[in-house]
Amino acid sequence: MSDADPRPRRGRSTFLERKTYRRARLEDAARLLPVLGLFLLLSPTAIRSTGGGSGLWLIYFMGVWLLLIVAAAVLSRALARTSQDQGQGGA
Amino acid sequence: MLSFDGLVAVCVLYVAGLFGVAFWAEKRAGEGRARWLNSPLIYTLSLSIYTTAWTFYGAVGNAARSGLEFMTIYLGPTLVFVGWFWLLRKMVRIGRAQRITSVADMISSRYGKSGGLAALVTLLAVVGTTPYIALQLQSLTLAFGVFARPGALGAPDAGSTAIWVAGGLALFTIVFGTRSLDANERHPGLVSAIAAEAVVKLFAFLAVGAFVVWGVADGPADILARIETSPVAAWDAGGARWLGLTVLAAAAIVCLPRMFQVLVVENRDERHLATASWAFPLYLFCMCIFVVPIAVVGLAELPTDANPDLFVLTLPLHANQSGLALLAFLGGFSAATSMVIVAALAVSTMVSNHIIVPIWLAATRGERPITGDMARVALVARRLSIIGIVGLGYLYYDLSGGAEALSAIGLIAFLGVSQVLPALIGGIFWRGATRAGAAVGIGLGFGIWAWLLFLPNAAAGLLGTIPEGPGWLNPATPLGLTGTDPLLTAMVLSLGINTFAFVAVSLLSFPSPLERLMGAQFVHVYDHSPTPSAWRGSTGTANDLLVMAGRILGSERATALFEAAARDQGRQDGLPEPTPAMLELLERELAGSVGAATAHAMVGQITGGASVSVRDLIAVADETAQMMEYSSRLQAQSQELSQTAARLREANNKLREMSVQKDAFLSSVSHELRTPMTSIRAFSEILMQGEAMPGAERARFSRIIHDESLRLTRLLDDLLDLSVLESGQVTLNESTVQLVDVIDRAVHATSASAANRRLVVRRDRAAEEIELFTDADRLTQVFVNLISNAQKYCDAEVPTLEIIVRRRPGRIELEFSDNGTGIAPDQESLIFEKFARIASGMDATGAGLGLAISREIMARIGGALSYVPGQSGATFRIRLPARALRAA
Repeated sequence: MSDADPRPRRGRSTFLERKTYRRARLEDAARLLPVLGLFLLLSPTAIRSTGGGSGLWLIYFMGVWLLLIVAAAVLSRALARTSQDQGQGGA
Repeated sequence: MLSFDGLVAVCVLYVAGLFGVAFWAEKRAGEGRARWLNSPLIYTLSLSIYTTAWTFYGAVGNAARSGLEFMTIYLGPTLVFVGWFWLLRKMVRIGRAQRITSVADMISSRYGKSGGLAALVTLLAVVGTTPYIALQLQSLTLAFGVFARPGALGAPDAGSTAIWVAGGLALFTIVFGTRSLDANERHPGLVSAIAAEAVVKLFAFLAVGAFVVWGVADGPADILARIETSPVAAWDAGGARWLGLTVLAAAAIVCLPRMFQVLVVENRDERHLATASWAFPLYLFCMCIFVVPIAVVGLAELPTDANPDLFVLTLPLHANQSGLALLAFLGGFSAATSMVIVAALAVSTMVSNHIIVPIWLAATRGERPITGDMARVALVARRLSIIGIVGLGYLYYDLSGGAEALSAIGLIAFLGVSQVLPALIGGIFWRGATRAGAAVGIGLGFGIWAWLLFLPNAAAGLLGTIPEGPGWLNPATPLGLTGTDPLLTAMVLSLGINTFAFVAVSLLSFPSPLERLMGAQFVHVYDHSPTPSAWRGSTGTANDLLVMAGRILGSERATALFEAAARDQGRQDGLPEPTPAMLELLERELAGSVGAATAHAMVGQITGGASVSVRDLIAVADETAQMMEYSSRLQAQSQELSQTAARLREANNKLREMSVQKDAFLSSVSHELRTPMTSIRAFSEILMQGEAMPGAERARFSRIIHDESLRLTRLLDDLLDLSVLESGQVTLNESTVQLVDVIDRAVHATSASAANRRLVVRRDRAAEEIELFTDADRLTQVFVNLISNAQKYCDAEVPTLEIIVRRRPGRIELEFSDNGTGIAPDQESLIFEKFARIASGMDATGAGLGLAISREIMARIGGALSYVPGQSGATFRIRLPARALRAA
């Protein structure tokens, strides 16, 4: 009986911790995304073989571009959701 | 083939449609039924002004010339938006928190609301925007030219085309951009029109692209095959240029005045930015996806002398798709118009807020700003600025004659406005950034950019020649460097030196308090710290402030604002106190209309410029003031305490002295009573025993007994008299008498009784001729007492008493002063006490009741008796009241 009391409290606090933690990692991801983008978009200039077909490079860049857009969409929606949850939790 | 007139008609119709959309949106917004305006979609679409006519047409041309390099112009902004969590979110938050109206306003706010810095950034923006507007006009004129070329009506007058377009754009901007003064109130009509244009240009470009891929070529596979064999495939841009252009475009999307306008100023909701972070890159992606196909197909299908910049138009025309060509033309037209409209709005806001209004304020210094109609001045200034900027763009276009040099101006303008970047980023993330650093950095970068890129380009366009500078100053080979790419060289030099100078000067200089405060507010904008107090209001200015705010915000909004502030201060009605918080709020509201620096100056002019910049400073000052107040209060209290203690001690001493006096008196009264009683008893016993006493002897003894009993009676009379006087039961017998008679009586009475001690009484009988209405007997008693005191106690060899009578307004003063040694200071407070007899070597026969009785008498007849200290002898002053003078 005496052990029953602290358990839910501990459980709840772990839950909240995890939420805050998730939010922080989401923000990290949002901050790191442009770094990834910069890397993906700039690295070809170093390794590109001269005279190679730019058709494939075009597809590569467009692909990276789309990847960034999708990643940004996912991240911004996740961020908006967690900030809403936080807002409701705080209110 | 569409005729030129038909084309003009379509353009006019299109612009009319744009006006219609804008009017409709304004109306809906006015009715509060424009919820769709408050959507992330509109926000994202309005951001599309990034793709101007230069990119709409030029991207294909760029791809045709340098392959994939055109993508950098879009990839840079993509990276910035994808990384919105770093920079854009903070910029938007700051813009909303500080009611920022332009990029110049942001820089000036961050660096202590510096007017000079704002003017510098404004100048930079004007210089960077003007040729860009010229570029749009050129694109439009070229596009018109494409249609007019085969027409029967002959080549259109390029100049008149451009001037009509410029005029129409200026008109549109004035109508929908300066409807209300508050730039922060946003422009629903304008934003709606921009959003509509964004849809038009995207749709037009996608339509052309789809036509090219599936209509001219045989689908994506064919296009890919064509790319491999096309000159576009020869993509050999160096890594440095790829990186440089990406960074340049990324910097430009943050710093371009028009982008700042839609990104920060027109932002309605921070969450829209989260959507735009992927939606805007998606828009750019869609604008890009067909660029390479169009370029490849255009290069293959069209004659070799065709201008690749116009492939978007000429390809459909080549395929006899005039409808599609018209759509493409409208796409380019919308790209150009939206850019010019927003750029003109953004730059005119800066010019008006940071150049015209400050000059106007300075010119009317002395008068209060409320005396002039501020709102009118600001609106007129903004409208004139719009006309001026569009006019300058046209002038630049006209003078450069549509030269090739113009097409290079796009990237040059990007680099120009990017000079703001170090100060902007530094200001947002680094508290140590100072105004001096920002000014030196921007100034140097601006100068280098202008010298290396802008002036040569302008000279090439306007003069037709590129001037050569002397030696290492030569723009073509700066510092003797012979870089292959002038843009990259200039970029490295200008931005590098700009950043270096900014950081170095910031490190070395010391910011003003206001700068430090704003720096903290900008860098820690997420902390929601309450706005620090920047103002200390002086009372009585609330009304002035209200009038001024009414002029700028409109009286309704101003009244609502002030009422809300008054409610917040807990006042049910009336004006709010001009507290720092209230002034801060007002300044921000005003800043939304006229810019931070101007609002600061205006509020300063009214509140007397009592700008206290650092909250800490105020807090410290408050603390100090509180402590000082507290300690002074303590001091006052302790002073009061010590005064009370002194009074208590005095009273205590007096009590003790009186107690001693009383004891002494009791013993002296006993003695006084016993002495006559003893002689009375002794002589009456002698009289009783000695029958054989001679008659003379008996008579002598009887007289002694009589005298002693008289003395006893007198003593008892005195005591009785005093008690009657003190109890207030005395009845005054008032009559009209001459003062001189009263004194005569007193002098006679005393001279009779003190024959052994002759006292010389000096009088001025003329002065004593005053008629009084008083109790003459009582007054005589007082005089007698004073004279006999002088007889008893004056220790001079020839005792002299001087009686001086003075008439004062409303009263008479008499002074009885003798030429003795007077009364010792420690005795002065005791002489009027009952039973007091001062220590004296003289023989004192009185019981010490005389002065106490005299004082009581004077109080009864409405006057006063006091001792005048500090005279040579004993001096008593009698004041007779106005009542006594009634008959005089």
